[in-house]
Amino acid sequence: MQTTSLHTTIQTETGKPVSRRDALKTIWAALGGMVALEFTGLALAYMQPRLAQGEFGSVMSVGAVENFPNNSVTHIPNGRFYLVRLADGGFLAVYQRCTHLGCSVPWDQSQGMFVCPCHNSQFSPDGQVLNPPAPRPLDLFPITITDGMIEVDTGVSITRETAHLAQVVYP
Amino acid sequence: MSEQDQIVDTPAQTFLGRIWQALGPTGLPSDDRGRMRMVVDNLVLHLHPTKVPTRTLSWTYTWGLGGLTSLLAVILVLTGIFLQMNYTPSPSQAYLDILSLRTNTWFGDLLRNLHHWSANLLVVTAFLHLLRVFFTGGHRAPRATNWIVGVLMLLLVLAANFTGYLLPWDQLAYWAITVGTSIINYVPIVGGFLNRLLLGGPEVGAPTLLNFYSLHISFIPVTMVMLMSLHFWRVRKDGGLTVPRRAKESEPPKIERVTTIPHLVRRELVFAVAWIAILLAWSMLVPAPLEGIANPDLSPNPAKAPWYFLGLQELLLHFHPLVAAVIIPGLALGALLLLPFYDIQISSVGVYFRSLRGRFLSLLALGTALLITPAWVLLDEYLLDWSAWLASWPSLISNGLVPLAVVVLGLVALDELVKRGLRATQEERILFIFVFLVTALVVLTAIGIFFRGPGMSLYWPWDIPTTHLSL
Repeated sequence: MQTTSLHTTIQTETGKPVSRRDALKTIWAALGGMVALEFTGLALAYMQPRLAQGEFGSVMSVGAVENFPNNSVTHIPNGRFYLVRLADGGFLAVYQRCTHLGCSVPWDQSQGMFVCPCHNSQFSPDGQVLNPPAPRPLDLFPITITDGMIEVDTGVSITRETAHLAQVVYP
Repeated sequence: MSEQDQIVDTPAQTFLGRIWQALGPTGLPSDDRGRMRMVVDNLVLHLHPTKVPTRTLSWTYTWGLGGLTSLLAVILVLTGIFLQMNYTPSPSQAYLDILSLRTNTWFGDLLRNLHHWSANLLVVTAFLHLLRVFFTGGHRAPRATNWIVGVLMLLLVLAANFTGYLLPWDQLAYWAITVGTSIINYVPIVGGFLNRLLLGGPEVGAPTLLNFYSLHISFIPVTMVMLMSLHFWRVRKDGGLTVPRRAKESEPPKIERVTTIPHLVRRELVFAVAWIAILLAWSMLVPAPLEGIANPDLSPNPAKAPWYFLGLQELLLHFHPLVAAVIIPGLALGALLLLPFYDIQISSVGVYFRSLRGRFLSLLALGTALLITPAWVLLDEYLLDWSAWLASWPSLISNGLVPLAVVVLGLVALDELVKRGLRATQEERILFIFVFLVTALVVLTAIGIFFRGPGMSLYWPWDIPTTHLSL
């Protein structure tokens, strides 16, 4: 056929022809968008927290179960948490970081609760909020007890909206 | 061909003369044409037009705030370069480096003080510059783009300050950054992710120090220089500064112009030299604060964010965190960025506070906010207890949206009062609300700095038991 055009056209569903130039432009734009996304992803991945073994952020060995009496709160400074043993013998690893604005919460033995020095949030030994402004209980770290030895994974903190018994780990 | 061209075209006769000729202008120009040419030919001076309206030279119109802000930026870059040579961004070394800088390095303490005080002053002057531009209508068409660039630069100034705040790695730095970054956690969905990304971990630590250092010395200053270039360029593209007018002048005045050299340049030089002298004297007399080395296990009481965020931290004491840290700042920033698109009356540009009634309304707004803000803080501290009254509702509603609605209704009521009672025009109503909110922000910040003591309870400044103010 004599009238065949050099420019290939594709009929779209709406019936409007798409020229090769438009199709290539669209492909270029899509490729450009993908490159931008890739670089964003690379940057975000690169900036992910870098954690070292044996320090805060790794799995830490705390000691034997019998070292911690019932009704006790023990500060583990390297792990930045308190190992709490409740009256019934259950364990909780309570992250020392206040859920309000991130201050380190000291344990007040005389009052039997955690009292944040920054904005006076108060928490019970198992981390429940006794006094705001803290919006939720203190975070926890997962505990595993094998052969009477306690290990705490400080890499992932457990955020909780309420404190309940299922969070307690028994030897 | 003018006299100037001829001088440039004729090579000097001696060796030293030719070097001298290549390095700079040969002699000061003697006529206006030469002075204008000198402005055009010089890289730094050409940021200025060759002639400026006489009225914009008025001291009490611009207060030299843009110039002072630029001067501080230059001082910060210069002192920053030197400080960098004596600093290692690691928790084990950073604090020792600061101590060594203070005691063991020639003029180290002076450089640090100069950097510290210039940085703090920069926040103040950038903010005042924004106020000046708003009060004279400099944000309106055709200057809307430059207003947005300016607001972005104010955010960058805060970011520069905030990242620099951590670097001494003392108790003040550590806890201010901990409290400041924890606010990010309250951004819905992505807050925790963003916070971890910024800190490089769950808490402020070695990766945080390196992240902040890197942002502080590279990304932020480079972006700042680019935005500053854009800002200066737009000033000229938009036809220079707004020209001041008296409130009673109905017609825009006929603009008289004088040459930039010497009228503007001389003022700038005197102003810069005076401020450098003030900053040097201040930095010799007042040391930048430095507390003990950072101790992640020991939160000071009270723990405060850097002073320019204490208005925000004060809000956190009164509202649910989502309202205080996200909704209110988000709305405020949005309103500020979009200001040139709803505050558009250009007939009053150049008149301070729009009109005579505008001046009265601004004073009224100032007075009202000075009374209402502290009253509301006291009420909320001692009487209002939303979460107890509405105990069955989620805290976001009882302690967040309900008090926010009360505040917004109060603002609407004030606006209605001004509109009906005082017959304010739209631009005067916007002015009234703007002055009210800015005053409220300043009052809240002052309360955060001076009136909050241990446990963030209210104290008289002279009764606060701890030994330092959080500056």
